[in-house]
Amino acid sequence: MTNFVDMAIAKAINAGLRKAMSEDNKVLVFGEDVAQLGGVFRVTEGLHAEFGESRIFNSPIAESGIVGTAIGLAMRGYRPVAEIQFDGFIFPAFDQITTQLAKMQNRSEGFHKMPVVIRVPFGGGIGAVEHHSESPEAYFAHTAGLRVVSPSNPNDAYWMIQQAIRSNDPVMFFEPKRRYWQKGPVNLDTPPQDLHSARVIREGNDLTIVSYGPMVHTSLQAAEVAAGEGVSIEVIDLRSLSPIDFPTIIESVKKTGRLITVAEAPNSFSVASEISATITEECFYHLQAPVLRVGGFDIPYPAAKLEEIYLPDADRILEAVDRSRAY
Amino acid sequence: MNANDSVPMVQMLSPEGDFAVPKNYAEYGSYIERLTEEDFLKFYRDMARCRRFDNEATALQRQGQLGLWIPAIGQEAAQIGSGYGVGHNDHIFPSYREHGVAITHGVELMSILKMLRGVNHGGWNPDETRFHLYGIVLGSQVLHATGYAMGVKFDGKVATGNKADDLAVISYFGDGATAEGDISESFLFAANTQSPIVFFCQNNQWAISSPTASQTRVPLYRRGEGFGVPGIRIDGNDVLASYAVTAKHMDDARQGAGPYMIEALTYRIGAHTSSDDPTKYRTDEEVAYWTARDPLKRFEVFLRRQGIGEDFFEEVAEAGEKLASEIREATFALKTPEMDEMFKHVYSEPHPVIDEQLDWLKRYEASFGGEN
Repeated sequence: MTNFVDMAIAKAINAGLRKAMSEDNKVLVFGEDVAQLGGVFRVTEGLHAEFGESRIFNSPIAESGIVGTAIGLAMRGYRPVAEIQFDGFIFPAFDQITTQLAKMQNRSEGFHKMPVVIRVPFGGGIGAVEHHSESPEAYFAHTAGLRVVSPSNPNDAYWMIQQAIRSNDPVMFFEPKRRYWQKGPVNLDTPPQDLHSARVIREGNDLTIVSYGPMVHTSLQAAEVAAGEGVSIEVIDLRSLSPIDFPTIIESVKKTGRLITVAEAPNSFSVASEISATITEECFYHLQAPVLRVGGFDIPYPAAKLEEIYLPDADRILEAVDRSRAY
Repeated sequence: MNANDSVPMVQMLSPEGDFAVPKNYAEYGSYIERLTEEDFLKFYRDMARCRRFDNEATALQRQGQLGLWIPAIGQEAAQIGSGYGVGHNDHIFPSYREHGVAITHGVELMSILKMLRGVNHGGWNPDETRFHLYGIVLGSQVLHATGYAMGVKFDGKVATGNKADDLAVISYFGDGATAEGDISESFLFAANTQSPIVFFCQNNQWAISSPTASQTRVPLYRRGEGFGVPGIRIDGNDVLASYAVTAKHMDDARQGAGPYMIEALTYRIGAHTSSDDPTKYRTDEEVAYWTARDPLKRFEVFLRRQGIGEDFFEEVAEAGEKLASEIREATFALKTPEMDEMFKHVYSEPHPVIDEQLDWLKRYEASFGGEN
């Protein structure tokens, strides 16, 4: 009898962290305000009371220090899980992540494994002030040596955080902050799949949508509306942004002949662009239309009153569906 | 104000080679009392070895055999002394100029030359020597050292009651690196957690072309004060002071005293690297002043006064020539690695994108009929 429990994404990550911490006492959780408070989004709530200061502790407000010391702790045999409080606050740590964490295994010729997870609540839609709504995943997906993932639902959140912690490579774990409170069933017994494979979450024949993180929900809404209009859309939840599971996307595009990417991040130089380029190379003769990207604009994330216009929604996706089908 | 001036510092061996332990530094003096003649000779041998290695590497670079060389000439006392002050379990996180410290911990010198020839990025095994890879991005390695020291503390390996079990961490960096935020964050994390770490700053007075005076208003040994990291300045050209002060504070760190900073005032007699031209920014008089305070010369005077004879110095010079010809030959013999190497260690688990790229590269290279 499979054990399913309904929980929100934030609670699912919390449960995944709890499980990882129980199974391996080398797993340490730290970051700004993660201890007694449980983080500003309460993702680590209750873990301090359960595991104590030696396993989960507040760090100074110094992101480079958080990641730099995580690297040193990993060298000492720990498996650090560091929280960066908001997407827009990750940049003081950018140097340690890209020049040190990402390269340590390579420069040490495999001697230093870097089982470090960096959790980052990302994306907009919560009415926040500047620097609290960004989608910086492409910077990290562009960096060799890192793995980059983003769950879109509670079951993936629960399992992917555990898989990320077990990985011996550094994993950037992007959490869809505006979906933190979205509930869904979590299978507590069996992981759905490995960390880096994509998943077809809705089957269809006319067009493929690839999305990840917070936009998966929006993509499903668009597919539902399209179905009402007789258009059958296949939706793929990417789950892993680096490496990207191209075989799953290629198989779908060979079937549908049309592809749209959906993400909050600005389109230029993005994960979406990478998918578009590779699918054009791999599926040229199967495409009935150019790959279209539905994403953010190439501007700084706007003030909260304008974010509804900025963020892709089902209508923007459906407009792209129409354009694609017009070819 | 020049932050290098008028600051008391621990000195036991004067530039003229006179040995004396000032009363207020008696705790450090006791570390020298425990040394044997063999220890003194070892210090000198390794300083001379480091100097000879450095000169040979400079020649190899000039002859096009190394892509770059990073001389440490003038800093041998700071490095050999402190290197021997590090205990048998302790871990060392160096910056890129710490060839002398590497020598004290048995790092294969060819692995340094391999890196500077461009064969790899420095793949020595930090487990065998506890000497970690050179940090190239200034200050980055100091945070790793701090994290490592936090881990040591979490492991309960401080003040265990069994000294053979205790361990501490030392991190090396230069005066230029102190400007990096990573160093300040290291002080903060180390102090807050009271982790067992000694921050060893070699103030060689030049951050490439910027003198210390332009980098700090306050002497560097005081940089940690506001974070809760006390510090002291030593004469970095005095191998005995460097040894004793490092040994004492590593002992203290292992016994739970928390972090400490040592500023070793020394001088970079050579260029920043083989690509640098120091004649553009400093005077011959300044270099001559510091050359007269050469750490090897002063220790040689001290040893001769102790009755060490010419035989020893001749033996050291011969060993230096032998080393030079050995590393010359070994450098010429270094092979270019196979192309797989650059893909091999990027990830520890399979990665479809780069696996496919390597497959493609192999097919591409093979398409030339094996003449790659």
